[in-house]
Amino acid sequence: MSVNIPMDGHSPMPPNRALIAVDVPPYRLSGSVYGVLANHPSLFAMLGDAAYRPPYNAPPRAPVLYIKPRNTLAGPGDPVAVPADVPELETAASLGILIERAACRVEEAAAIDYVAGFLIVNDVSVPHTTYHRPSIRYKARDGFCPLGPAVVAKPRVASPDAIEIRTYVDGLLVQLQNTREMIRPIARLLQDVTEFMTLNAGDILCLGTAAPAPRVRPGQTVSIEIDGIGTLRNPFVRAES
Amino acid sequence: MKRARVAYAGAIHEATPLQPGDGTAGLELEDGRRLAESQVVWLPPFEVGTIIALGLNYADHAKELAFAAQEEPLIFLKGPGTLQGHRGQTRRPQGVKFMHYECELAVVVGREARRVGRERALEHVAGYCIANDYAIRDYLENWYRPNLRVKNRDGATLLGPWFVDAADVPDPGNLALRTYVNGELKQQGNTRDLIFDISYLIHYLSAFMTLSPGDVILTGTPEGVVNVMPGDEVACEIDGLGRLVNTVVDDAVFGR
Repeated sequence: MSVNIPMDGHSPMPPNRALIAVDVPPYRLSGSVYGVLANHPSLFAMLGDAAYRPPYNAPPRAPVLYIKPRNTLAGPGDPVAVPADVPELETAASLGILIERAACRVEEAAAIDYVAGFLIVNDVSVPHTTYHRPSIRYKARDGFCPLGPAVVAKPRVASPDAIEIRTYVDGLLVQLQNTREMIRPIARLLQDVTEFMTLNAGDILCLGTAAPAPRVRPGQTVSIEIDGIGTLRNPFVRAES
Repeated sequence: MKRARVAYAGAIHEATPLQPGDGTAGLELEDGRRLAESQVVWLPPFEVGTIIALGLNYADHAKELAFAAQEEPLIFLKGPGTLQGHRGQTRRPQGVKFMHYECELAVVVGREARRVGRERALEHVAGYCIANDYAIRDYLENWYRPNLRVKNRDGATLLGPWFVDAADVPDPGNLALRTYVNGELKQQGNTRDLIFDISYLIHYLSAFMTLSPGDVILTGTPEGVVNVMPGDEVACEIDGLGRLVNTVVDDAVFGR
């Protein structure tokens, strides 16, 4: 048996297809997508005193990030497979921030200079109750991160820190949030993240989402609308066993 | 076969060791140039996809950190910005109390794996390399542990020096690991003590996520992690894979 791995070049995206339409070249996604836990106060409202008890002991001080790996990335219209052993999934709508150039230790005041544009991220999870050390089984399944429908260039998004995000399930509005509610606005989040890790051109950093995320069952379709960005629509289907 | 990716004289090259089994004796570029280890810039030895890392996958290390037995592997993901090659520098921020290395066997996927049984799992492995996966425990918070501020810092994950073909590693389940700090042996273990072995990990992961060529599994570290300080040279060795060296540096090197 012969196995080969690529030794040069850089193509972390799933091969053979463009993931999303990118409306202003030369943007190109790197394939790295970072989610942010608890950037919306609703998580702490939901947890109440539990956020101060074990295993958490206290709310986090620094941004809490997680990774949506390349196998999770999907485009508009791609079906999201609900695993056979769960009745429904969580669908967490977030503004995705596309990075324009290497951002290391950026100051809040200059952070927006490192942003190329915005898109919609649907961060799908198997419902789980712990935020302590959740299994990646919940968040890293194939196709669990639809993106799109296109990158909208930063100059065309007037107020990304005051923008409404609406989630519809089969046309019914199930969640309404606004980026102005976030604990760390875009520039502050970029400052606090790039203090410890560099974000590179084409990386996507999610701004975060309200809790609890809406639930969706097989056979339903999720549409996420962000004013000025577009609509990201994905059907949820029962996974083949 | 051992292969490296190095930068030399304005280009990136594939390189092989001058003497099989000893990467430190020098290397030869694909174009015939023969060079000393210190003449090139060592990059991660393959194009790295998803970085999958195991926590507490050696019973002794789990005990060292006071963890109980697990029902399923404890896995977290890392991003590409944290990678470096052999002989890189890793920053220790001023004022932190506990920064430590983690010598690990890195398993490189060579063929797409989806719902793979344990008995066929190793067929999806292209090869192996050494990983040193640093952590700074001061930044540990109890949300999505271990959070990226602990484990995904710039330059905190070293891979190399060589990518070693699976065919040259007949028993990846019996490899001794050693870490030296300034020449002094500090960490020792053997992959036979993995709680979840390579076959199981590929089986487990591929049940819910498709593994693709270039994805890498850092299989965890045994006991013997100690605090390291600026100026320390940390060398991780694994039988048959070589010796991965790097240096801990302070903020001043990075203009902080």
